Amino acid sequence: MIEKSIPTDLTAARRLTEEILGRAEAVGYGEDDRFAIRLALEEALINAIRHGNKFDHARKVTVSADIGAKRTTITVCDEGAGFDPAAVPDPTVDENLEKPCGRGIMLMRAYMDEVSYNTRGNEVRMAKRRCSGLPRPAGQH
Amino acid sequence: MENLTPRLKVVTENDVTVVELTDRKILDEMSIAQIGEALSAIVAEADGIRLVLDFISVVHMSSSALSMLITLNKRVRQSGGRLVLCNISPPIHEAFTITRLNEVFEIRVGRDEAAAEAAS
Repeated sequence: MIEKSIPTDLTAARRLTEEILGRAEAVGYGEDDRFAIRLALEEALINAIRHGNKFDHARKVTVSADIGAKRTTITVCDEGAGFDPAAVPDPTVDENLEKPCGRGIMLMRAYMDEVSYNTRGNEVRMAKRRCSGLPRPAGQH
Repeated sequence: MENLTPRLKVVTENDVTVVELTDRKILDEMSIAQIGEALSAIVAEADGIRLVLDFISVVHMSSSALSMLITLNKRVRQSGGRLVLCNISPPIHEAFTITRLNEVFEIRVGRDEAAAEAAS
């Protein structure tokens, strides 16, 4: 289990991402799984730093990653006010297709097997089974 | 003529500008902003630019990078130009498909095919 509280800082987030991905590789996760975990983790960390903590260096981002032989669970928690994920517009409806935002959460949901938020909306928990392959396109879930 | 700028390798042949993204990972905000600015500068140089973006080196991209591409695509279209993407790896192409951006962008398999499409 990796448990860390990092500053609101992209460099620290990148270092932690590499540590978690390194652990996943050591455990035997393949390229597709590592691609999915990296993408979801990057999106979660960027959301925590940008939207949650609003780049406030006084705030922390707390991450825990349990990388098991068959399943990985990652939790990312920021110190912001939280948000309602259900209120984020669907980026795949026609009128939003060319809007340059709103795809991070959709990609996290597509690449991980489970994505859930706490009630406040400042903590995301994601889980992925090992070797569960590439995600299916929108509308095929 | 070949011009090397940070993160981009730019070649212009037969009125088509081919930009190869040289970063393996296009993930963090700072890198994406730099790449976006450099691409915008290229688009601003010529109205109606025929532009190919080659992702041959890219193995990871974030949603922020997709957003940057959407903005770039709009700029190119507004200038009367055409943007074609190529050499996108299967996992990244999957991200385009999931977000339906494969319907927004012109995507071709290889660079030659993309350059021909951009020139047409």
